[in-house]
Amino acid sequence: MLYFQTWKVMLILAVCALGVIFTVPNLFSEASVLRWPDWVPKKQVSLGLDLRGGSYLLYQVDMSSVEKDELNNVLDELRTQFLDQKIGYTGLAVDGNHIAFVLRDRARASDMRAIVQKIDPDLQVTVGDGGAAAITQDPAALDARRATAVNQSIEIVRRRIDETGTKEATIQRVGDDRILVELPGISDPDRVKALIGKTAKMTFQLVDPNASVDEARRGRVPPGDELLQGAPDPRNPTAAQTYYVVHRRVMVSGDTLTDAQPTFNNTNEPVVSFKFNAIGARRFADATRANVGKPFAIVLDNKVISAPVIQEAIIGGSGIIEGSFTVQSANDLALLLRAGALPAPLTILEERTVGPDLGADSIHAGALACIVGIALVVVFMVVFYGLFGIFADIALFFNLCIMMAALSLLGATLTLPGIAGIALTMGMAVDANVLIYERIREELRGGRSIISSLQAGFERAFGTIVDSHVTTLVAGALMFWLGEGPIKGFAVTLSLGVLTSLFSAILVTRLLVVTWLRRTKPKLVPI
Amino acid sequence: MFRPLIIIKRIPNIDFMRLHKLGFALSLVMTLGSVVLFGVRGLNYGIDFSGGTIIEARTLTGPADLAKMRADLDSLNLGAVQLQSFGAPNEVLIRLQRQPGSDAAQERAVATVKDKLGKTVEYRRVEVVGPTVGHELIRAGVMATVLALVAIMIYVWFRFEWQFGVGAMMSTLHDTITTIGLFSLLQIEFNLTTLAAILTIAGYSINDTVVIYDRVRETMRRHRSMDFVTLINKSLNETLSRTILTVTTVALAVLSLLVFGGEVLRGFSIAMLWGIVVGTYSSLFIAAPLLFYIRPKRSARGVEAAAAEAEKVR
Repeated sequence: MLYFQTWKVMLILAVCALGVIFTVPNLFSEASVLRWPDWVPKKQVSLGLDLRGGSYLLYQVDMSSVEKDELNNVLDELRTQFLDQKIGYTGLAVDGNHIAFVLRDRARASDMRAIVQKIDPDLQVTVGDGGAAAITQDPAALDARRATAVNQSIEIVRRRIDETGTKEATIQRVGDDRILVELPGISDPDRVKALIGKTAKMTFQLVDPNASVDEARRGRVPPGDELLQGAPDPRNPTAAQTYYVVHRRVMVSGDTLTDAQPTFNNTNEPVVSFKFNAIGARRFADATRANVGKPFAIVLDNKVISAPVIQEAIIGGSGIIEGSFTVQSANDLALLLRAGALPAPLTILEERTVGPDLGADSIHAGALACIVGIALVVVFMVVFYGLFGIFADIALFFNLCIMMAALSLLGATLTLPGIAGIALTMGMAVDANVLIYERIREELRGGRSIISSLQAGFERAFGTIVDSHVTTLVAGALMFWLGEGPIKGFAVTLSLGVLTSLFSAILVTRLLVVTWLRRTKPKLVPI
Repeated sequence: MFRPLIIIKRIPNIDFMRLHKLGFALSLVMTLGSVVLFGVRGLNYGIDFSGGTIIEARTLTGPADLAKMRADLDSLNLGAVQLQSFGAPNEVLIRLQRQPGSDAAQERAVATVKDKLGKTVEYRRVEVVGPTVGHELIRAGVMATVLALVAIMIYVWFRFEWQFGVGAMMSTLHDTITTIGLFSLLQIEFNLTTLAAILTIAGYSINDTVVIYDRVRETMRRHRSMDFVTLINKSLNETLSRTILTVTTVALAVLSLLVFGGEVLRGFSIAMLWGIVVGTYSSLFIAAPLLFYIRPKRSARGVEAAAAEAEKVR
C-alpha cells in the first residue's frame, strides 16, 4: 500500500491534471470561451432548465379524438351506402371506440360486410344473432397509425418551433405516444405553447343554409351536419358567441395548402393569403363553382374563423382569409398553415417553466451553498487532522475538479438538486479519509511503527470505504433510472461524486501521504 | 506542523448495550408515531404527486397585496387556491389544486389565472402536473424507495451474512419511516426533491451501518470467544470517533445548503439534516444491538461467555 510504481504515480497525476484542465472552461462565460483557440478544451457543463430558465413541456398525442373523427367519417359513408343499397338498420351511432347499429334483416350481413370492406379493409365487423353489429378498428392498424401520427407530430412541432426562432430546442419522443419539448432560455413560453398546442386543422365546409342554428343548439342537428362555434375575436373579446351549422363533409382541407402569408387587405386589415397545390386548387374550383352565392365556412380546429359568401368560382387556387385578425394572430395562423396541421391534438401532461431570473438566483444560491459547505469542510479537516487534513483537502480539491470535468465532458445536465448533490458529495467524500485516519490513529496507539500503522490504516479501511460507497451508488442509480429532470441531475452528481471520491480518497490521499513519508522521513505521525 | 485537535483522546468505553432496550423502545415509539401521523395527518403532497399547479409570481408594483389576490383568485372558481408569501415581500406562491377533468383542464386553469393577474406580475416559475403524470410519479417514487431498501439489504447480505442484512434493513426502514413521520409532523412539502432526500438518507444510513458492521466482523474474527455484548460495545466505541467526525462534515455541508440554498432546496435540506442524525442513531442503537438478538455464526463460544452475556444485559 505504501509503494507506488512510477507509472501509477504518473497516471494519478495525469488524471488530476486533466480534471483541472477540463474544469477550467466552466469558470468563464460562454461568450469568452468561444473565442479560445480550437485546441483548448472548451466544453462547459450544460445547465438544466431550472438553472438556465426555459420550459419543459411533456405532450401527449391524443389519438382518441382522431379515432373518433375517423369513425364518424366511416359512419357517414355507411349511412350513404346503406341507403343506396337499401339495407335497413336502426341505431347507427359511434359508441366509444366502435360503431354500433342493428341490421333489420340479418340475412344482409354479407352485403354489409362487403360495404365495410370497401370503405376500409382494416375495419373489423362482428354481427350478433339479433342483427346487432359492431365495427371496430384493427388494433395493429391503430398502432401503426399512432406511430405515424407521433412521428409526424414531432416533425410539425419542430417546424413550428424553428419558425419562432427559438434556439437549441429539443424535441424527442417519449414512450409510445408522448413528445418532450424543451425550450431553453425562452422568455415568453405562452406564445410558443399556443403555437405548439394548436392542431391547426383547417377545413373548408359548406354552411347549411336550411338548418336552424337555434334548433341545432337545442340538440337537433340535421343528419350529415355539425354545429360549430365561431372563433373568438381577439379584437373584441367580450362579443357574444356565434354559432354555425355546417355540412360535415369537407370540401377542401388544409393539407393541400402550399403556402400561407400574412398580409393586408385594401382596408388595411390584417388577413392571411393562401395558395393551394394542384389537387387543392381543383377541389376548391369545383366547390366554389357549384355553390356560388352560398356561404362557405373556413374552419380552424372546429371553430369557424370566417364564413364568406362565394362570389364566383375561384380557379386560381389561391385566396384570402378575412376574419377578425390582429397582426400577431395573422402571423401565427400563417405560420401554422405553413408548418402543417398536427395529425392529432396535443395535450400538455406536464409543464415546468422557470423564468431566467429565478434560474440565475438558483445558480447563485446553489453555488454559494456549495462554496460555503466545502470551505467549512476544508477548515474542519485541517483543524481535526492537521497536516493529514491538508492532504485530505488537496484530495478533495482534485475530487471536485475531476467531477466537474466529468460533468462537462459527458454533457450531463446540472440542475439545482445536482448542485446540492455536489455539496453533499464533498461532505461525504472526506468520510473515506476519516476512516483511514482514525484507523491509523488506532494502530499508532496500539504501538505499531509508523510505516506499519500507515499501511494498516489504508489497508483495513479500503474494504469499508468500498462497501459504503457502493450503497450510496445503489441509491444514486435507482434515482437516475426512475427520476426525471432535476432528480436525474441529482442522481448524476451523487453517483459521479461517489466514483471520483473513491479515486481521490484511495489514490490521491495515499500518494500524498507516501510522498510526505519519503521526503520527510518523520519520526512522528502528526495525526 | 501544528497539532490537530483531537477531541476523543482515547477510545471511550461507553456501554451502549446497556441503553439498547431504551433505544429499541424509543425507536418503536418513533416508528409507531410516524405511522400514526402518516395515517391521521397525512403528508403535504407537492404537485409532483397530487397533480395541480404552482405559480411563483413577483408583483411588479410594490409588495404583494395577498388579501386582494386571494379574493381575485377565489372568484375564478378553480377550487381551493393556496396563496402564500415566498421569500421577499413582493413574491407570492400560488398553488392550484388538481382541476377536475383531464390534463387539458390544468393548462386552462393556468391561463385563467394569468389572464386575471394580467400585467401586474411577472412569472418566475410555473409548474403544471396533470393527473396522468402525477400517478406515474407516485408509482415511480414508491418503486424507487422499495427497490432501494431491497437492493441495499441484498448488498449487505452479500458482503456480510444474512443476519447483518436483517439489521441493516431494519435500521434503514426505521430511518425511512421516521423521516416520513417528520414530513407529516412538520407538514414539509413532499415532492420529488424530498423523495430524493429520503433515498439519499437511506444510502447514508447504510453507509454508517456498514462501517460499524465491518468493525464488528473484524472484532468477531479477532476475538473468537468474546461475548456479543462486549463485542458490540467495543466495535461501537472504536468507531465512535469516526462516526462523530463524519456526521459533522456531512452536517456542515447540509447546513450550508439549508442556510444558503434557497427556498427550493429547503425541504430537502431539512430532511437531510434529520436524516443524518437519525441515520447515525439507528446504526448505533438499532443495527448494532440487533446483532445481539440475531447472532451471526462464528466458531464455538464458551458456555461462560454466554452466561456472562446474559448477566450484562439483565
